[in-house]
Formats: sequence, C-alpha cells, structure tokens
Amino acid sequence: MSATTSIPHAALRVSPGEVKPPRAVRRPGARRAARREGMFGYAMIALSMLFVTVFTFIPILASLGLSFFHWDVISPPTWAGLENYQRFFTDGPVLQSFGVTTVMAIAIVALQLSLGLFLAVLVNQRTSTFGRTFFRTAFYLPLLASTAAVAIFMGYLFDAKFGAINYYLGLLGMSDVPWLTSPFGAQVTIVLIVVWQQVGFTFVLFVSALMAVPTDVLEASSIDGAGPLRTLFRIKIPLISPTILFAAVIAFINAMQLFDQPFIMTKGGPGTATTTATISMYQTGFQNLQFGYSSAIAIILLLVILAITGIQFLASRKLVFYQ
Amino acid sequence: MSTTSLIVTGRRTRSRSGGPGSRSWGVGKIAGLVALIVAAVFALGPLLWTLTTSLRSPSQAFNNPPQWIPFNADFSNYAAVFDQIPIGQFFLNSTIVTLLIVVGQTITCTLSGYAFAMISFPGKNLIFGAFLATMMVPLQTIIIPVFLIVKSLGLQDGLGSLIVPALGSAFGTFLMRQYFMQMPRELGEAARIDGATQFGVFFHVYARMAAPAISTLAILNFSGFWAEFYRPLIFLQDQSTFTLPLGLVGLQGNLGTGSISVVLAGVVLSMIPSVLLFIVAQRYFIAGVTAGSSR
Repeated sequence: MSATTSIPHAALRVSPGEVKPPRAVRRPGARRAARREGMFGYAMIALSMLFVTVFTFIPILASLGLSFFHWDVISPPTWAGLENYQRFFTDGPVLQSFGVTTVMAIAIVALQLSLGLFLAVLVNQRTSTFGRTFFRTAFYLPLLASTAAVAIFMGYLFDAKFGAINYYLGLLGMSDVPWLTSPFGAQVTIVLIVVWQQVGFTFVLFVSALMAVPTDVLEASSIDGAGPLRTLFRIKIPLISPTILFAAVIAFINAMQLFDQPFIMTKGGPGTATTTATISMYQTGFQNLQFGYSSAIAIILLLVILAITGIQFLASRKLVFYQ
Repeated sequence: MSTTSLIVTGRRTRSRSGGPGSRSWGVGKIAGLVALIVAAVFALGPLLWTLTTSLRSPSQAFNNPPQWIPFNADFSNYAAVFDQIPIGQFFLNSTIVTLLIVVGQTITCTLSGYAFAMISFPGKNLIFGAFLATMMVPLQTIIIPVFLIVKSLGLQDGLGSLIVPALGSAFGTFLMRQYFMQMPRELGEAARIDGATQFGVFFHVYARMAAPAISTLAILNFSGFWAEFYRPLIFLQDQSTFTLPLGLVGLQGNLGTGSISVVLAGVVLSMIPSVLLFIVAQRYFIAGVTAGSSR
C-alpha cells in the first residue's frame, strides 16, 4: 500500500502548525496557547481514538495473546506456549488451505492486472468521451453487486447441468464442464468470478494513471519515431509502474483473504479444494471452537501477507519508476 | 513559405504517430474496439442474465437458452421474494447499518483527519503511525477478539454488533488527513485573527471545503458495508437481524434450485440502491478507487 510507504514522509514532514509565525515575539501566553491547541487536538481525535483502540488496537494485541493459549470458550483458557504454532506446521489440511489460497491469489492478481491493464490501454487510446464513459461504466458495474449476490448468480450460471455457460459451450460442441463439482474446476471458477468482479477496480486505477501521463512526453517519443507499442512498453508502462505496484499489492492482500465466494458457492469443497486460509480460520474458530489455534492461524496469515507485500516492494524496486 | 511547410510537417508527424488526437482508423484500432466490446459483453452478460431471468416464471427460469429479452416479463417473483423471506426487514436492517456507519465515520474521521493534518499536539506522529500500521491488518485476523468485545458489550445478535465496531476507521482518518493536508493554512489563521474559535475554524472554514473527500469516504463506506457478508455471518444468528447479503444466501439455501428466479429477484432488489447511487455520484465511486493510491 502506498499508504504505508508514505509514513516516512509524513513522519518527517514538520507540520507547519509547529512552526511559530515569525511575528510571534514570545508572549507570556504562548505556552498556554500551545497547550490549549494540544488539548483541542486530543479532543478532536478522541472519538476515532476510542473506536480504533477498542475495535482494532486491543483486538490485534488480543489475537496475538490468544494465539499462545488453548481456549474452547467454555472452560477457562490454558497456557499453550508455542503449541498452536507448532500444530500449524504439522496440520496438513490447514497448510493445504494456505497453499490453495496462495496459488489462487497469484492467479487472481496476474489475471486481474494483465486484463485491467490491457483494457485500460485500449480505452485510453480512444478519443471519444462517450466510449470512455461507456466502457468505464460497463467494467465498473460488477463492483456494485455484493460478493454474496455474485456468488449466488454465478453459481447458477456455472451450474454443470442447467447453467447457461455449459449450454453455450455445448453449442460449440463441448461436453458439460464440471465447473463447481470437480476440485480443479471449482478453483478455476472461483478465480474467474473474482477476476470478473474485481477487474473494474484495476481498470479504473490504470485509466486514471494513463491519463496522467504527460502528453509532451508522448509527443516527444512519437517525434523520435517510436510506434504505439514501443511507446506503450517504454514510456507509458514505466511511468505508471507505481500504480501497477499499488494495484498488485491491494489485489494480493484482498485475494489472500478470499472467503465469501468459496464459502457460499462450494462451502470450501469439493473435498477441501477451495477451503481457503480464512475458511480454515472460520472452521477452527467458530465451528470447532478452538479460539487459540484459530488466532495463531490468523497471526500467521497476517505475517504471510506482510511478507509477500514486502517481497513485492523489494522485487519491484528495480522495476518501479518513481518520477 | 517556410512557416507553412513547418506546420504541414508538424501535422503529418502527428497523424502518422497514432498518438493523442489521431483520428485514423487502422486495423489495430478496430481490433482494439472489438476486444473492448467483447470484454464489455462478458462484464455485463451475467448482470443482464440475472435481471432477465428474474423476470421469467420459476418453472422456466433454468431453461436454456436464456431469454435475454424479457418478452413476457413475469413480475410475480418480486412479490414472491417478500412472501418467502422478510426481505423488507433485511432491507431495513441493511439501510440502518450502512447509514449509521456512513454518518458515524464521517464525523469521527473528519474530526481526527483534521487534527492529524492541522493541529500540533504531543505524540501526534506516533499515534498517526499506529493508525497507519493497522491498515494492513485483515479483518479476519482480529475477528475473534472483536466478537468477544461485542459480546461483552451486550451487542451480540443485534445490528449494534455491526455498527459500533465500524464507527471509527484508520483508513478513513488517513483519507481525510490527506485531503486536509492540501488546504492552505492562511484561511484558518485569518479566521482566528477575526476571533473564530479553533472548532469554529474547523467547522466553518475547513470542513466545508472537505465536502469532496467526505463524499468519497461516504461512498466507499456505503459500497463496503452494504455488501458486507463476513461480519454479519459471524455476529448475527437471528433471522430478524439479517442484512441483505446474509438473507439472500439463506433464501438460496432454502429454495435449492427449485425457483432461482425468486432468488434472482432478491439479488436485483439488493442492487438497486447501489446502482441508483452510482448513477448520481459516479465520480465519487471513481475517486474512491484511486483514493488509497494518492500520496
């Protein structure tokens, strides 16, 4: 997230409020005024501070704490040390759910970014505002449906026997594809559905980034004889690479938390084919009432997300071009 | 003479380049347009199918080929949804939850975003850094403690369990702060000299200027919480408290594949507020997408 990359800048920047205006000859009341401003600041953040502390700060620490205990909610928690973490690394089904999630997330991010970029470049080349507005609306509309609604109607469309998709594939001479009834088919279907809904997000991001590419740079490159493809790969894509990195990080963080679609469409099946990391957490926590173990899985998921985000930033240090 | 030839060559370079402003219709452009139209068909197809199938009679709904144009539209499914599930109640629940969170976060995030941008107080950077750090933490990571806190506050199995924990937001605070940071400080200083109070400066000068950012935050929250499935699934047990996504999934489970057109009618109804809002406030949806990426 570029949000976090901006921390150092934000932290280093001396807020102009702290710089005393030059006319301020130290009056005796100056200290009191500063204190009053401080009190005002605390009052302004009090509400946010209250809610974020109770429902975010404390829960983060509590999750971490809980992960070192065994707790079934009914009897009092008992100290577990690192047992929950040890158990994770020997728990085949849970490890598998992390593997499945990672593979599906990589597929989702790759498809979502390449398709979003492809469509954004095509729209960006079009000059009519009607065309732009039409395609932007068309690609954004899926985002207006809730993930639950998408899971419901896509479940009908991908139905192996009655679904419209197999009907049209049948017209092309294909036999019924077991979209949701075979392990690999279910994984593919869920990846496709997520990409279908999310591609509009990356598309909109890339279109606005491409619009911000200065026209004089493009004109200079075309005067130097660069063709459209060369301009795209040598000028446009390098210039919007920070946006591509941002989109990749956001899409990946979201995909690693994939829950709604597999939970609603396949309940994590067939077998455990689409049991994602968050479905594992849900099952151990809210179905098997192993709150300690579920918390350990949650902390590990957080660490995985942080690690992969970090790797993305490091790997793209050479590829991303900041102006 | 020399000037005219310059202009001519300049123009020629432009049209050959295919760069901005070029109006030539090469093979590439037509192929691009075809690709865009195919993509648009795939993007809109499932939505159109949902709409038209919700207008077919339940016995025909799963018959192929799909009826893309509803010649004899059957609106009985829309009445049936209200008979089969308390969808009116779900609508009301979703509206209450979404509206209160939108209003609540507008207040809390505008206040704290302003403070982090404009006011100096001890520990400011530390607290703001802590806010930022939580933005990477997935909701699923903290759901068990949040669930326990909600329970200990006596909010479980009520709409309060969804509303109260969402009244503050680190992301919303960040978004508002970024917007306030761009505003000129001179306005506030001038107002102070004219005798305005600190809160008056915030309320009468800066908060008004922040309307676009407030709209963006409100739209983001509306889309997010109207569609929310995960927290309702965990916090709500009693059907009378269900929000729309949870209620629709329940309806689908109850009916099986017997009458999918009734379920799809419910899906269409649940999307109407989002679509209406998108029509009137499209630019804030678009701003919401890019909001996080701005520095």
